[in-house]
Amino acid sequence: MKIIDTANHIAALAAKMAKPSVVAAYPITPQTTIVERLAKYVENGELNAEYIRVESEHSAMAACIGAAATGVRTFTATSSHGLLLMHEMVHWAALSRLPIVMVNVNRAIGPGWNIWSDSNDSMGQRDTGWIQIYASSNQEVYDSIIQAYKIAENEDVMLPTMICYDGFILSHTSMPVYIPEQSKVDKFLPEFKSLWSLDVDKPITHGNIISPADYMDVRYSMNQAMKNAKKVIIDVGEEWGRKFGRSYNLIEEYKCDDADYVIVSTAAIASESKFAIDKLREKGKKAGLAKLRVFRPFPKEMLRYDKMIVIDRAVSLGLGGIVYNELKGNGDVYGFIAGLGGKDVNYRDIMRIYELAEKGKDGWYGIEVK
Amino acid sequence: MVAIKKFPEEEYILKGTAACPGCPITIALRTALKALGKKTILIVPASCSAVVQSLVPKTSFGVPTLNIAFAASASAASGVAAALKMLGKEDVTPVVWAGDGGTYDIGIQALSGAFERGENFIYVCYNNQMYSNTGIQRSGATPYGAWTTTTWTGKKEIQKELGEIVMAHHIPYIATASIAYIDDLYDKMKKAKEINGPRYIEILAPCPPGWRFDMSKTVEIARLAVQTGAWVLYEAINGEVKLTSYSKMLLKRKERRPIEDYLKLQGRFRNLTEEDINKIKKNIDEKWKRYMEIYKEKEEKQ
Repeated sequence: MKIIDTANHIAALAAKMAKPSVVAAYPITPQTTIVERLAKYVENGELNAEYIRVESEHSAMAACIGAAATGVRTFTATSSHGLLLMHEMVHWAALSRLPIVMVNVNRAIGPGWNIWSDSNDSMGQRDTGWIQIYASSNQEVYDSIIQAYKIAENEDVMLPTMICYDGFILSHTSMPVYIPEQSKVDKFLPEFKSLWSLDVDKPITHGNIISPADYMDVRYSMNQAMKNAKKVIIDVGEEWGRKFGRSYNLIEEYKCDDADYVIVSTAAIASESKFAIDKLREKGKKAGLAKLRVFRPFPKEMLRYDKMIVIDRAVSLGLGGIVYNELKGNGDVYGFIAGLGGKDVNYRDIMRIYELAEKGKDGWYGIEVK
Repeated sequence: MVAIKKFPEEEYILKGTAACPGCPITIALRTALKALGKKTILIVPASCSAVVQSLVPKTSFGVPTLNIAFAASASAASGVAAALKMLGKEDVTPVVWAGDGGTYDIGIQALSGAFERGENFIYVCYNNQMYSNTGIQRSGATPYGAWTTTTWTGKKEIQKELGEIVMAHHIPYIATASIAYIDDLYDKMKKAKEINGPRYIEILAPCPPGWRFDMSKTVEIARLAVQTGAWVLYEAINGEVKLTSYSKMLLKRKERRPIEDYLKLQGRFRNLTEEDINKIKKNIDEKWKRYMEIYKEKEEKQ
């Protein structure tokens, strides 16, 4: 079935079709319409779940942790300050190896208050042990949420997974999306599995005091799980392709084979970049695009090009863009910071960035380089 | 009320806890779990109880236990309760087991949220009137005048009345208890287990190193807290407050012992002035005046 709707409503629909037993969420702009829609699904009986209308995002993630630890599938969604308030529990979920799935609608961090797109909220969570997938279209939002459960619940992974997309640019923009039948989703997504659970017949204590040596072992096992996730994400993306006609990988290459410069970008800027590549090609420039879909685990080995132009909507202050910093050493890398706090980045800006890189320039686009 | 010698023989606190000698937590939890039984899931925030469990991969807790971040116990318990409902395991009781720091202070938002939502779990606060796990710092439950490592000259404020804050949430069961009256504690745990919705039980838990008394005197101090009226044993079923056990006797049959009997045994109150003691007395007298009024109203009705 093909429908036209906003990314937030598509996200709610995808979450519903993954059949979580417990949803715990707190409203925040621009995520709000996800949690409103899910509340409706639960109240009208379309989704058989307990919906916990928590009093904060810290509690939203804590409730998901409690529910997942008791042995059920969970879902939550947030943005920006919500994710930051949740940060302690974001770590806790990963260290507990609970396959929680969360949507983060990317939004700038205050002050001043800014509700527009910016990736610093989720990219600031990069070392928490969550898998992070960035979606560039509403179709990718749908597909990635269903896949996220299968990835997170894989026994070689067992790490929570975050689906991220731009506030408003996607969250409140309607696009056509193919929605598969529920029975096909059920077939794709097996029953919930977890590494451990709170069971009165097999009592365990989870998370008590741990020695330094054992703690380091725990961290190492997470490290290996994150590495395992690369293959699992590719396998799940291929399986999705076989079943639903759209394959997914860690990155998506577009006209990279003969490219002089390859633009590396994520989320909405990546889809705008695709258009810019065509325009640059019309002008005789051999431009290519490597869309970074999965930020954690980071596919550094796949992003090897002689000359790369990284456009970041997130910054490590004083050091440049976050993805740019990840890719240093993989070739000649030109880093551009653009679009913070929702500042518009259209294909003309991207074409200009390409030309600046050709001249050997990089930096804060529109401020340091124009 | 069940006689102590008739408590179930099953032990859910195993040998080899990492508790200090004379620790009230193990007395309280041992009694609580005897009443609650095997079908209990504990949710424990950062606290001495996280230490008492002992070191990974071992544990001294015989029921499933989820350790959780400091501010998160009531919300994690909400998640456990929701999952149990979805799994059709509503005969299992989620029980938060938190200290006063995790309840009165950092955890109060999650606690208030969960109680307002009517979540189905028991919240137990074992109140040792300070942050004991981090080494005796003042909390919102520390009484006026008490020495702690962040109130070297004695706390200048009166502790908050969390029971009254909880009461304002209209939850079906609220009780206080003491490790010196474990038959009363056992009885309240049993009652709470049979009720649906949020239930709150607060247990006074005198801490030898924190309150500066000899480790052999934990139960004696706890008993004096009740006998002097500094700690009141009550329960409120659907908002109706009734004193229980020894505190009930203080309404009519017995006199409260002088507060000095309780204060003088604790090093934390060593530097109290006469003025300080009068302030503490006044606080306790006011509290009892309210209980007396409630009691008299009931007497007149009957």
